[in-house]
Amino acid sequence: MADELTTLVTQEMLDSRDVWSEKVYSRPISLNDIIKWGIAVYWPDDPPRIYWDEEYAKTTKYGGIIAPQDFNPFAWPVPRPPARELPKDPGVGERGMNGGQTDRYGVPMRPGDVISTSSALVDWNERVGSLGLTIFTYTEVRWENQNGELVKSRTSVGIRY
Amino acid sequence: MAENVYFEDVNVGDDIPSFTRQTDLMHWNRYAAVNDEFVYIHMDDEAGRAAANEPGAFGMGNLRWAYLLNMLREWVGDEVDVRELGVQFRAINQKNDVLTCVGTITEKIEENGDHLVRLDTNVINQDGVATCPGHAVVALPSRG
Repeated sequence: MADELTTLVTQEMLDSRDVWSEKVYSRPISLNDIIKWGIAVYWPDDPPRIYWDEEYAKTTKYGGIIAPQDFNPFAWPVPRPPARELPKDPGVGERGMNGGQTDRYGVPMRPGDVISTSSALVDWNERVGSLGLTIFTYTEVRWENQNGELVKSRTSVGIRY
Repeated sequence: MAENVYFEDVNVGDDIPSFTRQTDLMHWNRYAAVNDEFVYIHMDDEAGRAAANEPGAFGMGNLRWAYLLNMLREWVGDEVDVRELGVQFRAINQKNDVLTCVGTITEKIEENGDHLVRLDTNVINQDGVATCPGHAVVALPSRG
């Protein structure tokens, strides 16, 4: 029975620990996508000029337009990935929540950049808490630009119970 | 001005200027449009309630993340060099919430030629609820 589970660690997790996924590449980042991103996250104010005004951006230490650090070059993929099926009546270990995330930033993203992403499950720990048996999983995602420079390294914490 | 703040001008305990937005579907839909994040719980009150959020549709955690970066950029200027940002999502962003991003300097660090400040950050709603406790590390320019 589900409530007799003593661990939520699966064989799939054991097999995939520290195994980095094959890189996936973004399309070249377009200036228009950067501008629209800036408008969205600063709405209703105008975004900073470093996201849309090339002449101004040339005068900064970045020497040109950069993307906001939260910019996602992997939005709107084609072909469309299949929708994730969520269990209708989730059991132990199938309920989940976002435990948070930490980004470490490297070089900025710029128009024309092609970003690669790769991820790996790097760690987990379990404990019995107020939600019962609960596992905290740590996944790292690494983004690099076309020059192999680190753009971002994200550690995400997933919680399942 | 591209940079407003220098390492020598800040102290541990200083609060940085806050960044505030009142969010609703105008903000969430724009964010969904750029981040490909059209999820019913962020668009439809019925779906939000079905997901156990009685008031209805609710905002994206990623948008609060963006607001925190906006706060850091408005504080330092366009040449801000954010090295690290981390958060936990503790409370939901309800429709029409007034979200205020805040930050307090907790540490000044000089290492490898960098002048870094560490901050405690959060996103507080109009009821004083801390929705997003976290931290940031920012490299500041030095007058030295």
